[in-house]
Amino acid sequence: MRRETILNLAIPGILLATALIAYAMDEPYIITLATKAAILALAGVGLNIALGLGGLVSLGHAAFFGVGGYAMGILAFHAQNYMPIWGVIEGTKSMPIIWLVALIASALTALVIGAMSLRTTGVYFIMITLAFGQMLFYFAISWPTYGGEDGMSIYLRNGFPGVNTLVPLNFFLICFVILAVVMVLTDRLGKSAFGLALQATRQNAARAEAVGLAPYRLRLVAFTISGAVTGLAGALFADLNRFVSPSMLSWHMSGEIMILIILGGIARLSGPVAGAMLFIALEYVLEDLSHYWHVYLGAILLGVVLFARGGVIGLIAGREVAHD
Amino acid sequence: MTEALLQTCAICKSFGALEASKDVSLDLFPGEIHALIGPNGAGKSTLIAQISGALRPDSGQVIFDGQDVTPLTTTQRARAGLGRTFQISALAMEFTVLQNVVLGALGQRGKVYRFFGNVMRDKALLERAEDALEQVGLAEFRNFVTAELSHGQRRQLEVAVALTLQPKAFLMDEPMAGLGAEGSHRLTGFLDGLRHRAPILLVEHDMDAVFALADRISVLVYGEIIATGTADEIKSDPRVREAYLGEEDAA
Repeated sequence: MRRETILNLAIPGILLATALIAYAMDEPYIITLATKAAILALAGVGLNIALGLGGLVSLGHAAFFGVGGYAMGILAFHAQNYMPIWGVIEGTKSMPIIWLVALIASALTALVIGAMSLRTTGVYFIMITLAFGQMLFYFAISWPTYGGEDGMSIYLRNGFPGVNTLVPLNFFLICFVILAVVMVLTDRLGKSAFGLALQATRQNAARAEAVGLAPYRLRLVAFTISGAVTGLAGALFADLNRFVSPSMLSWHMSGEIMILIILGGIARLSGPVAGAMLFIALEYVLEDLSHYWHVYLGAILLGVVLFARGGVIGLIAGREVAHD
Repeated sequence: MTEALLQTCAICKSFGALEASKDVSLDLFPGEIHALIGPNGAGKSTLIAQISGALRPDSGQVIFDGQDVTPLTTTQRARAGLGRTFQISALAMEFTVLQNVVLGALGQRGKVYRFFGNVMRDKALLERAEDALEQVGLAEFRNFVTAELSHGQRRQLEVAVALTLQPKAFLMDEPMAGLGAEGSHRLTGFLDGLRHRAPILLVEHDMDAVFALADRISVLVYGEIIATGTADEIKSDPRVREAYLGEEDAA
């Protein structure tokens, strides 16, 4: 087995073990942190499809994260208030339905934002995705029905058929299984015909065109899939906190998702998982040491960018060779 | 006479005051190698860009395979069967050699929007990709990362990718550039046989190769084609000698 294959099993394994040990030692807070890491990792896996495979530096992925979060929030809000949406559609507290709605809503958002943003490249693309993200952020702030600036609380975690989601470990396991499934699918995506064509557009768009592949369409499809996955993570994140607010849509969130990919390793399958675990662990440890823990996080990030371009995965597994 | 496969009809293109293409009419017939030569700055690259689709002419048309392709994009022209190689190698450098040719085969086959099966295990694509590598003599380098290849090997890979497209016509922008005498000689032999599969519009600086290969030669000077003819006709054309070959005689 290649070193990276072992890492791809080991890193999620560490996350799973952390939660199980915390359960055995009766440390629910650690389980919550592990759940947060799994969800942020999922958001990162989503962004990594656009960023890692497609080379699309999106600074607007909070938009999809937030749309997923609000999809959950709005459905649960109407369910808990026994007030159908527009007087017609019942709300729901069922996770599978919420996930489906979050996936579709964030995919459509990504399709629209991508269709316009992908006409630009480079710095312009970064700025335009950022602008779209901020647009949704201010829209959420000024939308009083769903809490506006204050966001809205969901009193009870949503349900999953046959599972008591109020038990922290159960909710962790739900998130972890979704993460694992999405990682397997992403791995296959990277090796598929679509993945090959998409990666070609990243490395050399003129080459892709010369063999008859249109970069714009490939990128748009990748951006849409990427947004959908990040949106699903947003729905889970809102469920973890039982709270949705515009902060999920802010550019800080986009930055955070990108930072954890850079920490873990861009374009590496388990990069976002390693990055999210490291990010949460740093937050947990450094926050105790100093109120200004972001400074130290910044220093570490600088170190990674300067000395370990492949992130944690690159440091351990070496430079990746993209073939199988 | 058979119909031309590729034709430019009175193409004009200016950049401000600079006329890069002046009424350029050029044709490529099945089975031939048509070489386009001209001093640096004559507008060869601009012309190639208009034929491949990267630039739109100000006026005039590009006809390919009986169809007016002037409004089509690069991608659409590639799909219509125009296989090009680049002056400066444009390959996916992080891919392996094999992945680059599989990419070409995939572009030709279509069905790109498949998200699950492993494309590097697709027998039909692999077969065509490996066949192309063998033809240019790169088979043993199939698992090399493209960035590790020598300059000459990258030129060979460019040609191999164009082969996987099974094009109706080749558009080759200085395939010999930087190859060295031996490599250039080998590629010349290869292109010689290739013309019977699909005609080649060849832009080349290597005069030995051009005179050895070309059925016809067109000379582009200051955006204008000043002569078209066989190697002997071109060699003896006084305008060409003055504009172009004269410099070489002096050197």
